[in-house]
Amino acid sequence: MSAAHTNEAACGTAETRPNSLRAGPDPRGRFGIYGGRFVAETLMPLVLELDAAYAAAKADPAFRSELDYYLKDYVGRPSPLWFARRLTEELGGARIYMKREELNHTGSHKLNNVMGQILLARRMGRSRIVAETGAGQHGVATATVCALFGLKCTIYMGATDVERQKPNVFRMRLLGAEVVPVTSGAGTLKDAMNEAMRDWVTNVRDTYFLVGTVAGPHPYPQMVRDFQSVIGDETRVQMLAAEGRLPDVIVAAIGGGSNAMGIFHPFLDDASVRLIGVEAAGRGLNSGETAASILRGRPGVLHGNRTYLLQNEDGQIDEAHSISAGLDYPGIGPEHSWLADIGRVEYVGATDDQALEAFQLCTRTEGIIPALESAHALAHAAVVAPTLSPETLLVVNISGRGDKDIFTVAAHLGVTL
Amino acid sequence: MSRIARRFAALKKQGRGALIPYLQACDPDYDTSLALLRAMPGAGADLIEIGVPFSDPSADGPTIQLAARRGLKAGSSMVRVLEMVARFREDDGETPIILMGYLNPIEAYGHARFCADAAQAGVDGLIVVDMPPEEADLLDGPATAAGLDLIRLVAPTTDDARLPVVCGRASGFVYYVSITGVTGTRTASSDELAAALPRLRAATDLPVAIGFGIRSPEQAGAAVRAADAAVVASALIATLEETLDEQGRATPETLPRVLAQLSGLARAVRNA
Repeated sequence: MSAAHTNEAACGTAETRPNSLRAGPDPRGRFGIYGGRFVAETLMPLVLELDAAYAAAKADPAFRSELDYYLKDYVGRPSPLWFARRLTEELGGARIYMKREELNHTGSHKLNNVMGQILLARRMGRSRIVAETGAGQHGVATATVCALFGLKCTIYMGATDVERQKPNVFRMRLLGAEVVPVTSGAGTLKDAMNEAMRDWVTNVRDTYFLVGTVAGPHPYPQMVRDFQSVIGDETRVQMLAAEGRLPDVIVAAIGGGSNAMGIFHPFLDDASVRLIGVEAAGRGLNSGETAASILRGRPGVLHGNRTYLLQNEDGQIDEAHSISAGLDYPGIGPEHSWLADIGRVEYVGATDDQALEAFQLCTRTEGIIPALESAHALAHAAVVAPTLSPETLLVVNISGRGDKDIFTVAAHLGVTL
Repeated sequence: MSRIARRFAALKKQGRGALIPYLQACDPDYDTSLALLRAMPGAGADLIEIGVPFSDPSADGPTIQLAARRGLKAGSSMVRVLEMVARFREDDGETPIILMGYLNPIEAYGHARFCADAAQAGVDGLIVVDMPPEEADLLDGPATAAGLDLIRLVAPTTDDARLPVVCGRASGFVYYVSITGVTGTRTASSDELAAALPRLRAATDLPVAIGFGIRSPEQAGAAVRAADAAVVASALIATLEETLDEQGRATPETLPRVLAQLSGLARAVRNA
C-alpha cells in the first residue's frame, strides 16, 4: 500500500478516484460483464425512469438531509462497532469487532436501504409498494416504512418461508401489509422475486418495486449498495477512532449480498483491507444442496441482471438450499460477481451446521443472538480468526438479530418450544 | 425473403390477418407437443410460437407457468426444442416458427451457437422476453448472421420517444404486448388497441401482432382488424390443461380439443 493511500485512509475519507474499484457501474449498469437491465419491455421505461429519479435524488442535498434525519432518529444510526472481548479470547487470534446492524430499528441492516428507497418512491409519487422477502427481514422493514408513511404495501414471500418465519409474517401483517404466500417452485426467495416482478409489471403505473438486495435490473444494485454503504462508512470512522487504523479483515454473509456490499464498498480501494464474503454452503459445497452461487454457480441472466447463478447445463435455475431463509437464493448481486472475478473479495462458504454452532457461540460469549444469516459470517470468522495474529483487526458484520430464528434453531437442536 | 416476411406478404395479398397460436414445448410431453405442432397449420395456424420452458418465467401468468413446469418435468431442454422444430420441418417448409422464451437458456447454450443451430433446425424468429433493446446487442449479430428475425416487444408503457429505440432494429414483425401485466390475464379493450396502433404504425413498417390476453374468437377477430396478427397462448394452454388426466398426462381428448379451439379462432380471423 502506498503512503498516499495510507494517509488518505487515515483521514477517514473514501472518495472515488480514477481507476477506483468504487466507480461502477457503467452507464449501462454493468460491473464488468455483470449487471445490466434484463427486464421485459413493459418494465424498461420504469427502470429508466427510476434511474433518472435516483440520479436526481442523489444530487439533491435535500434528499440526503432528509435521509440522514430518518437514519438517525428513526433507524437509530450510527450502529455501534463493538469489541467482542470474550469471543476474541475464546477463539484466540485476531481482535474481533462486531458491526452491530442488528440494533437498527426492525432488527437488521435492511432498513438502511428501505429508508432510502421509500423516500425515493415518495419523490416519484408512487402510492403502492411491493417487495419480495426471504427471511422476512426486508419484508418487515418495508412494511414498517409503509406504516410510517401511510402507503399500501404488498409483500411476496415463498410459502416455505412463510412457514419457517412465522413471527415475521405476523409482524408484517400487524404493520398493515398484505403478505402473499407464493407456492410456485420451492416457495422460497426466488419464487417470491418472480411474483413481485409479475405484480410490478401488472401495476406499473402506481407501484414502486422496493428491491431488498443489491440485485435486479440497474439501478437497483447500485442504489441498494449506496444506501447500505452507510455500514462501511461508519465502520471506517469507528475503527479509526477505536484503533487508530483501518481494519485488516472484514467478514460478511452473502445471500443477495446487500449487507456485505454495504460494509465492503467503502473499503474497496483500501488494498490492505481483506474482504471476505461468506456464502451459505447449506449441507456442504459439494452436497448439491447449497446457496453458494459464486462458488458453485456460473454466470447467467435472472431477475434483471447477469450474475453468478446456480443452474443446470440447460440454463434452468436450480433451487438453492440454506438453513437461513435470507440466504436461500440461487443468485447474488452482480457487483459481487465482478469482485469475485477480479479477486478483490474472497468468497468462501459456511455450512448450515457451522452457522448453527456460530449462532450459539456468539450468543453464549457476547450475549448477542445473531440472525442465522449473520451466523454464517461468524462461522467463517471463527475459522479464520485463530489463524491470525492478535494485532489483526477483524470486523464481522452482524447484519441482523436472531429472535426470528429461535424456532428454527430450537428444531435443529431437538428442542420443542 | 424470410419465411415470416413471405407469410405476411401472402396474407396481405389475401387481405387478411394472421393467427399465431402458441404451445409450450414438451407440454405435457414431447410426442404430444410435436403432434400438436404438426397439426396446427392444418387447423388454421399461419405462424406458430413455441414457448421454450424456463424455470423462472417472471413475465408469465399461472397458465404458462404451469405449462413450463410440465414441459421441464417431461424433459424439455433447448436441444429437445430444436429437435422438435427440425422434426416439424421434415414435412412443413413454409409455416414460420418463432421461439419465445427467456434469455438464460440461450446464454447457457451459447449465443452464436444457439442462433446457428436454431436456424439450422428451421426456426425463423426469436422473442426473448427479458432482453430489451438496450441489451439486444448480444444477440443482434449472431441472429442476423444466422438469418433469424429478432422480434421486438412493444408495451403500453413504451412511449413515443422510446418507440424508435425499440422498432429501430426490429425485424420480422413487431409484437405488441397489449396490456401491462403477465400473460393470460386481462384483455385490452378495443379503445386501448385503437389508441395504440396508430402510434405503432407511425414507428414501423413491419407487420404488428397483438398478444397477451386474447382468448376468444371475437377478441382474435378484433385484434386482426386492428393489427396484422393475433397471438393466442394461455387460452389454448388452458384447454390443453383441462384435458390432462390426474397425473398430468395427455388423453385422447387433448389434441382434438385444442385443435377444435384453434379452428374456431382461425375462422374468426379469416372472417374478420
